[in-house]
Order: sequence, then C-alpha cells, then structure tokens
Amino acid sequence: MKIRSLAAVAAIAALALTGCSGSANDASDPSAGKTLTYWASNQGTSLDNDKEVLTPQLKKFEEETGIKVNLEVIGWNDLQTRIQTAVTSGQAPDVLNIGNTWAASLQSTGAFLPFDSAALDAIGGKDKFVKTAMDTGGVPGEDPTSVPLYGLAYGLYYNKAMFKDAGLTPPTTWEDMVAAAKKLTTGDKHGFALAAGSYTENSHFAFINAAQNGADFFDAEGKPTFTEDGIIDGISRYLDLMQTDKVVDPGNAQYDNATRAVNDFANGKVAMMLTQSNANSSISSQGMKDDEFGVVAFPSPKGGTEVATMVAGINMSIFKNTKNKDGALEFVKFMTSETTQAALDKPFAALPVLAGVTPSFTDDAELAKTFSDIYENKSRPLPLVPAEDQFESTVGKAMNQMFATIASGGTVTKEDIKAALTTAQQAVEAAS
Amino acid sequence: MSASTAVKNTGPAAGATGRKARKPRRQGWWLPYALLAPAVIFELFVHVVPMVTGIWMSFLKLTKMFISNWGNAPFVGLKNYQVALDFDSAVGMGLLKSFGITIAFTLLVVGISWGLGMAAAVALQKTFKGRAIFRTLFLIPYALPMYAGVIAWKFMLQKDNGALNHLIFDNLGLPGDKPFWLIGDNAFISVVIVAIWRLWPFAFLMLMAGLQSIPTDVYEAASVDGAKPLRQWWNITLPMLRPVNISLVLVMFLWTFNDFNTPFVLFGGSQPPAGDLISFHIYNASFLTWNFGSGAAMSVLLLLFLMVVSGIYVLFMNRRKDNA
Amino acid sequence: MHDTTGTKVFRVVTITLLSIFTIIPIYVMVISGLKPLKDVQGTFSWWPETLTIQPYIDMWKTVPLADYFVNSVIVSTVSTVLSLIIAIFAAYAVSRYTFRGRSLFSGAVLSTQMLPGVLFLLPLFLIFVNINTNFGIQLVGTRAGLIITYLTFSLPFSIWMLAGYFNGIPRELDEAAKVDGCGPMRALIKVILPAARPGLVAVAIYSFMTSWGEVLFASVMTTDANRTLAVGLQLYSTQTNVYWNQIMAASVVVSIPIVIGFLLLQKNFVAGLTAGAVK
Repeated sequence: MKIRSLAAVAAIAALALTGCSGSANDASDPSAGKTLTYWASNQGTSLDNDKEVLTPQLKKFEEETGIKVNLEVIGWNDLQTRIQTAVTSGQAPDVLNIGNTWAASLQSTGAFLPFDSAALDAIGGKDKFVKTAMDTGGVPGEDPTSVPLYGLAYGLYYNKAMFKDAGLTPPTTWEDMVAAAKKLTTGDKHGFALAAGSYTENSHFAFINAAQNGADFFDAEGKPTFTEDGIIDGISRYLDLMQTDKVVDPGNAQYDNATRAVNDFANGKVAMMLTQSNANSSISSQGMKDDEFGVVAFPSPKGGTEVATMVAGINMSIFKNTKNKDGALEFVKFMTSETTQAALDKPFAALPVLAGVTPSFTDDAELAKTFSDIYENKSRPLPLVPAEDQFESTVGKAMNQMFATIASGGTVTKEDIKAALTTAQQAVEAAS
Repeated sequence: MSASTAVKNTGPAAGATGRKARKPRRQGWWLPYALLAPAVIFELFVHVVPMVTGIWMSFLKLTKMFISNWGNAPFVGLKNYQVALDFDSAVGMGLLKSFGITIAFTLLVVGISWGLGMAAAVALQKTFKGRAIFRTLFLIPYALPMYAGVIAWKFMLQKDNGALNHLIFDNLGLPGDKPFWLIGDNAFISVVIVAIWRLWPFAFLMLMAGLQSIPTDVYEAASVDGAKPLRQWWNITLPMLRPVNISLVLVMFLWTFNDFNTPFVLFGGSQPPAGDLISFHIYNASFLTWNFGSGAAMSVLLLLFLMVVSGIYVLFMNRRKDNA
Repeated sequence: MHDTTGTKVFRVVTITLLSIFTIIPIYVMVISGLKPLKDVQGTFSWWPETLTIQPYIDMWKTVPLADYFVNSVIVSTVSTVLSLIIAIFAAYAVSRYTFRGRSLFSGAVLSTQMLPGVLFLLPLFLIFVNINTNFGIQLVGTRAGLIITYLTFSLPFSIWMLAGYFNGIPRELDEAAKVDGCGPMRALIKVILPAARPGLVAVAIYSFMTSWGEVLFASVMTTDANRTLAVGLQLYSTQTNVYWNQIMAASVVVSIPIVIGFLLLQKNFVAGLTAGAVK
C-alpha cells in the first residue's frame, strides 16, 4: 500500500527530526557550563561574512576558557522580533548584541542582567570604555544592562572631485552645507542623498537636528515633549533639504534603507550623504576608492549646539536567566578586550569603544581622526528612556510620511509637523 | 468558511447520515472519534489553545514592563478594548483608519479578482489551440511562493529604477512626472494590484473547475434557442456556478481581509498610511510598541468582525437558497 | 457551434491583457536575476546590457541558500504528508459517519480560517517554549516545530476539500467492500483512497504551497538551524547592500520546483477541486 508506506516514512521522519533537534542550542542544556549561545547582529557584508569574522575569535575564546560559543548571526530585519520573543518566553541566548539605541527600552523589560559593580569588575571595569559609549548602556542612574561593543557615528561624506570642480571646500556650518549642495545640484546630479524613507534614520536625524537647536524629545522625568519649538524647527530644517532647498532628489523618499543613499553616492549621483562610519566597505565594494571621498562632521546651523551624531553603535547584553552567568561575563570581557576589539574593529568598520585606543577601522589617519572627534566630542546619546523605541517608530514614521508628502508634490508646514508630532506623542503616551 | 459546510450538509453527506444511523451505537461508536483525534489534537494545540491564550492576553496590561514576567501583568479588564475603540485617541483613530482601508482593499481585491478569474475562465472555457499554455501561464502567480512574487513587484514599483514607471513613461511616452508607487497615496493602488495579481488565479482555478462540471448540452440547447453569449452567461453559467461562488467569495474575503504577507513584503518597515492594512497594523501595534495586550485586543475585535460578517453571509445565502 | 465576433473579441482581449499582467513581474524577476548589481541599481531596462549568470553563483554565498533549501524541502514535505494523513482520517469520519459533535467539528475547524495570524503568533511561540521547559522537547528553532505549525495551517482546508471529495464517491463502493469482509480502515484504504486520488493530490499541493511560502510564523520560529527559504530570501538585503539581482535569482530558484510541480499536477488539482470544494 502506497499510503501505508508513506505514513511509515513520515512517522520515522518525524521521529528522526524531533530526535535530532536536541542538538540545537538551548540555555537549559545540562552541559550549560561549557557552552554559551550568542546572537550577533549583522555587521558585515553578509551573515556569512559575519560568521567568518567572528569564528576565529570564538575559537580563541574556547581555547582560553574551554567554553564553546554557539553563534547565530541575525539580520536586522529579524533582530528586534527575535529579541522580543526571547524576552517574552525566556527562551533566549546567553549573550546577544543589541542596537545601543534600544538599551533603555530593553532594560525596562527586566529580562537582562544588570551590570552591577561586581559584574562590571568581572568584565574589566567600567572605566575601560569610552564614557560616551558607556552612557548608552541604559537609563542613567540605574545599573546598565548593556555595555558597548562597536562604536558608530554619522558623518557627512562628500565627493572630493565634485567639490573640487565646483571650487568648494567641505562645509563647516549648516548654511555652507546647503549652499554647497545647491551649487552641486545640477542636471540629474543632486547635492544630497538621504535615507528619507527609513524610519530609523529619520528618527535619528530628527533627534540630531533637534539637539542642534538645544531641544530634547523627553524631559527629565522621561515624559515626551515632542512638540517643542526646537524640535519642530529642527525637523523642518531637515525636511527643507528636499522641500525648499531642493538639493535632495524626491526619489529618496522611498529609500527605506541607508544603503540606497550609499549606492547613489558611490555611483557619483550625489555629492554628499549622511551615513554611519561603517559605510566605507559598501562604498568601496561599489567601486568608489577610499581617496575619492572625504568625511566631515555633520554641521550645525550658525550659533547652534555642535551635535553631529547620536552615539550610534552596538552594545552587548546578557540575559538574566542565563545558566552560565560567569561564562557569559567572561565572554563579554573577552569580546570587549583590546585584542578582540582590535581584530573586529577593522572588518566591521567600528569605532573603538575602549578608552585610549586608536581607531583601526581605516588606514586613513585623517578619516580616523575625524570620526574619533565626532564620536567623542560631537555626539549625544538618543533619549535614554524606556519609550525610546516608540520615539523611533512614531517620530520616524511621521517623518517618512512628511517626506512622502513633499516628494509627491505637497507641502509640509510647521503646523503640519506639529500636528504629526502631537499624534506621535499621543501614541507614545498611550503605550506607557 | 462555515458557509460551505452548512451548504454542503444538505448535499450528499445528508443522505449518508440517514443510512449510517441504523448501525447500533455501541459497536464501534468510538471509531469516528478516533479518526478525528489527530486532527483535533493538532487544532487544539496550534489554533485553539493559542487563540484562547491570545484572548486572555487582551485583558492584560502586557507592555514591555511585564512581558518577561507574565504572572505579574496586571489584569485591566476591557481597558485595551476601550483604548482601541476610542476613536478620539491616536490609537483608536489609527485602528479605525486601518479598518476602513482594509475594507476598501478587500472589496476591490475580491471583486476584481473574481471578475478577472471569471473572464479568464469563460475565455478559456472552449477548447482552442494553445489553451493549455494560457491556462498554465495564468496559474503561475498562484503557484509562485508568496515572497518571490511580491518582492518582484516591490522591485518593479520603485520610482526611478522601477519597471512600471519605465514602461509607462519611457516606453509608452506618457507625459508627466514619474509617480511614487510605494509611498504616499499610490501605495494603496499598489498593494491592491499586487494582491489581485496573487489572488485572481485562485478565482480562475476554482471557477474553471466549476465550469467544467457544467454539461455542454445546456449551452447547446440555449444557443439553439438563440440566446446571446452574454445572456447565456447570465442565465446558465452564473446560476450553475452559484455553489462555487458562495464558498469562493467567502474564502477570498477571509484571506484578503487577514492578508499580512502582501503589505509586509511590499512595504517592509516603512509602511505608508495608505497601505496600512489591518493585520500589519496590529502586528506593528504589538511588536513595534511592545504592547501585546493592546495588539491582542485589536486581533479579537478583528476576529469578532469576521465572525459576524461570515455568519450573516452564511445565513443570507442559506435563506436565499431556501427561497429559491 | 460558431462563436460570435463579440465572443472572439472578448476572448482575445481578455487573454492578451491577463497574459501581460501575469507575465511582466515574472519576466522582470527572471531578467533581473541575469544582470550585474550595478545594472539593477540603475534605471530599469527590459534587456540587460551585460547578461551574466554571476548572481546565480553569488547567491549561494551571500546567504546559505542551500541549507534553507534543505530545510524548506524537509519541512514542506513532512508537513504535507502528515497533514494529508490526518486530513484523510478526519475527512473519512466526517464524510462516512454520523456522530455527536460532527457539525461542531466541521464548523470549528473551518472557522480557524478567520483567525488573524497575529493573534496566536506569540501564544503559540510561548506554548512551544513551555513544552520545551516542561517536557524537554525542543520546538522553537527546529524543523519539528515548523512542521507541526504548518501541517495544522493546511489541515482545515484539506479536511474540507477531502470530505467534499469523499462525499462524491458512491457509498455503494465501500458498502460492497464491507460486505466482502473489509473493516472500515480497509474500506478506506482499498476503496476510497484510490478513487479519491485527484482530491488527495489537490490537497497535497495546497499543503505544500502553504508551507513553502509561509513568512510570518517562520520569521519568529526559525533560527539558523531551521530557517526556510521564504524568510531566507529577506537576508539578501544586508547591512551594506541590497542585492536585488541575487534576490531575483534566488526567487527564480525558489520558485522553480514549486511552479513545475504545481503545473505538472494542475490537472489533478482542478479535478480535485471540481469534485471536492466545488460541489
């Protein structure tokens, strides 16, 4: 009988599958003392590339400590959902990477191990980290639940040849930047490319532009203050790059990913872009040589506060319910040690999060200096409040929408911005 | 889909039940239950128990403060429902808008898909050379894995580099600026078109199967009587397809209303308000704001709505059948 | 019988327009998979300036597509086979027996089609985790977990279609078998199943396609160890680039087995529908 044998095959297959599934990672494994599960975020050109970079380090860790690390690299599309389900269910890795902007939000779930003084000592002390980076670890005044792993910062990338041909020098003020962009917007070339359809990028620049005006999205009590004038002005200034200055191709409104702007920049379609310091590898992979572009700090308007970036980057957290706390701390210590950092900063184009370490992400000393300066002196952490993630999604999506309106021929006034931010604020308040 | 069951129960199965009843209940009474057991177990495990859990979640304040420790999540009664239905608040307004968009989306997608499916099924009803090729071709979008088909559309619908704008403006030479398809108000048109592209072959398939069961001599008799093709369609085809249509429309309605995949793949993280379909809206309400209680309440409301609509539909269809 | 001019025009117009509508995205997918990355990032062209099969080579490296392929094949096949067996039993019971709770079962099973996936995504995940904690059976991040989920997803529609199909098989056939001394199970296997072949094929195709293309649950329930193609395809947009040409090439590769399988069996599928769902 065909069906009968099919059934038998299926039953055997099902048994075999359940049987072999025990080999998958699990924190509740009895041999937990000897293993760790680690979720790494996608930092390189592909998940595979990340694995290639990390594996030798994990081998080294195993040789040193006898602890085997089961690595899973998770793409950014999935990372947040995976973390959420892990938090909800307790079925979690021991150690994981998080976008440092989520640190305070994740801290409020109570699912992560607070780095109290003992834990900090175990990983080599708080002072080994750059202070700006360490500040992103969680809500101020509480034990952080994450420590910095890779540093990143936004920079204003410019095309050297295009600037030279137009007789321009890299801008140092917002006004210069807009003037240069206008001059460079000719024919099918544009002065600027923005990831105007990416809500994360948009929320970051809402924050940075507001910070340049001295405005904050949350007050000292953690209450949202989205409708402050400084915020509205900052967002309006940023939107105007497309709306009134017309130095951004309206098509950018559907750039839902920072890489789209990088493509345009590398292909010589735009003269400037705002992107994070790890863009170099994608620029060069698209055929633009390292000496063809330069980087300066994203400039503030005259008289504004000098804020060029938020403190971007990746932090490391330990799940509270780990069966191998000592091993996890040991692993965080290893990953944030000078040798490991030196090995990883270059392939992942990361800025050093360790104090007193010279950047190794690029061979270009000037570029390294520029980014170190931006990261250490011209940066602000995004709001360190539990509702930070909602700030990103509500404000970022509102800005997506405003860019879409502008791009399809409409206008966005300051009243419109205020109305959109009021709705965003209501949504944040409703959720808390 | 209970419509179809209800309808079908008056069909062949009804005859069966009468005869079966003569078997004494004692002997082998357990057999049907044993046969159903595996299905029941899996349904309980994957559908029913999680659904009940979901309903329970909708009464909890399940925000990120409590998510890692459910036991401590406070019971808030109907609060989540109140927030979702308070149309003066941002949350309620958002849900209402999304609901309205989804209704428009569903009506358009189901209506047009049915129309296209019907047109194609009728056009291919009679044999002609190459019929098999077209039949095969039309079924490809249905056979394609969802992700592959929708991502191809996403690629085509880009503004500057997309095939659609290239076709309309560069090839056909229409005047005007290339519009956006994935952001702004056009996003609604896009998601409707993509959903139709995926769904209409299913309507075609079902209707084609239905047409095959209509004996050709009925048409022959009609054409001898001099009935025009359109009349034939109205007087013969449509009534004969009624049983198919009853279940087809309901199934398409439920699938389309609950469609998550199309907007999820087409828009990704930057979903425009015009394409804010309700499943994706609830997904975002749950996962983006970590408010799983509120998301569950919205899902329950959606479920209630679908149950009411399906129930009315089934009642209405059965009554019409009885009257006929 | 002669067609009127109107009928002919209707037929030609319908077929032409629908063919264009159907073909364009498929053509774009196929042709874009044969372009270098630079081309797909620039203005669209109907014919590539440089034709290359490089994306078909690179795509296996950017994403471990081969592993995902294996996962998808195993998950879809096993869930289809199991779902088919379970649906056969259930449909047999519904079609051939009368028992207390019969209509409750039919109604309940089919109303699961109304459930919004988001409502039970998280609860199901939690149940899987609890099973792991309490019984040590790992379901999250394993193929077994996906198989259980997917087989249940296709079960309602399968039972419904098969019950319809079984109803169409004359009862005299299995009565005769019983007179010959066959038990109910032998009657099912020897008489009903052979007669129901097109219905079985239709249901199997439906189940297989359900598992092969599912995204929402897969995005939460899969890890490196059991990731399926449908979610694996998303990984071509990485931190540094969106490999559109490789996405398209991979889409073609992912689609080919299922499309060919479907088209080969479409006659059965239609026949199955005709007898089952349509009646």
